[in-house]
Amino acid sequence: MQAFTLLDGLVAPLDRANVDTDAIIPKQFLKSIRRAGFGPYLFDEWRYLDHGEPGMDCAGRPLNPDFFLNKPAYKGAEILLARENFGCGSSREHAPWALEDFGFRAIIAPSFADIFYNNCFKNGLLPIVLAAEIVDGLFQGLSEGYRLRIDLNAQQIITPDGKTIRFDIDGNRKYRLLNGLDDIGLSLQHADKIAAYEIERAKRAPWLFVKQ
Amino acid sequence: MSGKTLYDKLWEDHVVYTEDDGSSLIYIDRHLVHEVTSPQAFEGLRLAGRKPWRADRNLAVADHNVPTTDRDKGIADPVSRLQVETLDSNCAEFGITEFAMNDGRQGIVHVIGPEQGATLPGMTVVCGDSHTSTHGASGALAFGIGTSEVEHVLATQCLVQKKAKNLLIKVNGQVGLGVTAKDIVLAIIGTIGTAGGNGHTIEFAGEAIRALSMEGRMTVCNMAIEAGARAGLIAVDDVTIDYYRDRPYSPKNGDWYMAERLWRNLHSDADATFDKVVEIDASMIVPQVTWGTSPELVVAVDGCVPDPALEINPVKQQSMVRALQYMGLSAGQAITDISIDKVFIGSCTNSRIEDLRAAANVAKGKKIANNIKLALVVPGSGLVKRQAETEGLDKIFLDAGFEWREPGCSMCLAMNADRLEEGERCASTSNRNFEGRQGYGGRTHLVSPSMAAAAAIAGHFVDVRQYID
Repeated sequence: MQAFTLLDGLVAPLDRANVDTDAIIPKQFLKSIRRAGFGPYLFDEWRYLDHGEPGMDCAGRPLNPDFFLNKPAYKGAEILLARENFGCGSSREHAPWALEDFGFRAIIAPSFADIFYNNCFKNGLLPIVLAAEIVDGLFQGLSEGYRLRIDLNAQQIITPDGKTIRFDIDGNRKYRLLNGLDDIGLSLQHADKIAAYEIERAKRAPWLFVKQ
Repeated sequence: MSGKTLYDKLWEDHVVYTEDDGSSLIYIDRHLVHEVTSPQAFEGLRLAGRKPWRADRNLAVADHNVPTTDRDKGIADPVSRLQVETLDSNCAEFGITEFAMNDGRQGIVHVIGPEQGATLPGMTVVCGDSHTSTHGASGALAFGIGTSEVEHVLATQCLVQKKAKNLLIKVNGQVGLGVTAKDIVLAIIGTIGTAGGNGHTIEFAGEAIRALSMEGRMTVCNMAIEAGARAGLIAVDDVTIDYYRDRPYSPKNGDWYMAERLWRNLHSDADATFDKVVEIDASMIVPQVTWGTSPELVVAVDGCVPDPALEINPVKQQSMVRALQYMGLSAGQAITDISIDKVFIGSCTNSRIEDLRAAANVAKGKKIANNIKLALVVPGSGLVKRQAETEGLDKIFLDAGFEWREPGCSMCLAMNADRLEEGERCASTSNRNFEGRQGYGGRTHLVSPSMAAAAAIAGHFVDVRQYID
């Protein structure tokens, strides 16, 4: 997994609440058995005027000129500014895969849906929760070429006018993200504890250990 | 010291190890696997040279991509076919039990789990699917995970989790005739909102919840995720115990009695404290219909489409305006004046035998309206389908003009050939009315099975309470 330490990135605003994972990556693209290549289909139904299908070459597709990601000002954006409950709905990890593949490295919102939030950390994508008023202030203050500097280690965002915004993050998640660590490898360091738990559990609930 | 909630008990029972910052390694008793969210996880195992920690705790089934007609002809769409074949080959390679597409037990993963007794009270249950919350109806801690976590469970039989907060939703009193589990849960989401349960595990309790069958409880827990909670729970009682007796994967003989004794303790203690409590009066709930593109945009069938101008929160107001535009509705329109094009009875929310009985009860001896282009009934599993056929429900549906299909997720999310065309409006028993969910440009209204059947007969939404005696 890609580590996340410092990011100085262009901000793109998506001014809608309850953006669901069906909108982030529509279901037809979930038929892929690969992990990469979802970026061109990110927000497919909002981004293009035609109906997208997997494998389509997106270069020639008609773009929705009103959609924020199609505006030249947001080309190369790495920070997504969003509204409450971002990533609600389906558990599809294809949503963070698509955001990451498109080029986003961080998302700022007043709240995230739990599964989506969790999925982001597995993919080097940093979801930042800020108070609704602060997010609102960022939306209001956006101007062309607006950039933010995100320092994960210091847990702060620095605005272009030098203001510092603190954010909270779970220590374990921060550590894994800063170091780009593989969760499975870390958990398997506790293999002996897992095995001991199973022995103890089998005494309490033997039916869970009947070979099926 | 105060007592424990059901969630506290389930959590404590599964902690393998806790880090200093409170994140824990949690043991997973049952992992359900389907074709959409697993291929990259199996690929990850292969690349790392890892094997499943306990292959026999996994149960796999293909449900999202499977066709609901002409099963013997296989899957026409080559991309869907490859995904299902990939599941078949991964299960064979890693020694995981799979109910293949033509197995009589095949069905929607959240229907077959409880049906087989593969998900049981007191278990931790996960699946790469947000509607895994369904299994909490049995007093199991069940939640959806992403594909990286699917790989993690396969490799370690554990997950790294942080404990959520406790939210109690008490539905007091009794619901009226014609008001179902679906209406209860839609009313709850309408009350607390789609983010109301974020960061929480919801325990559903109260007289109206206790009065539900296991099928009804599954409908309620299924939509906990639509209220923002990864997991929904209902305490174990006689209804639970009776349901799990003699299921194929249920404990046998002495184990059964030991399990039953343990399961009887799966309830919140009387003096347990919750971080948040919401109380709802069941007698105030009437049949519900969603009008927008989020499950919280819901009203009573005897109500009207709300006016965004009356909403004071500007972000919400903007969502409402967008929803009206997408749905092709206007403020003040009576719900019963909304005519529909298609009807879908199915999904992990409402495709169990009781759901089909409720819909058939309304459709019996009637015909679907002329403006209905397609009315689909898609049973949740092969066993539900067979049971329904034994009871003659298929005949009732077919005589009324419905189509009777093979089990799968079908038009809940339209990954197979069943879908809405642009602009088509559907009365659907599924769980999400998001833009494009049932097909590009399709318009979804979430309702109960009996409300969907009544809408099919009338051609527009009607209050099902007028259709039942």
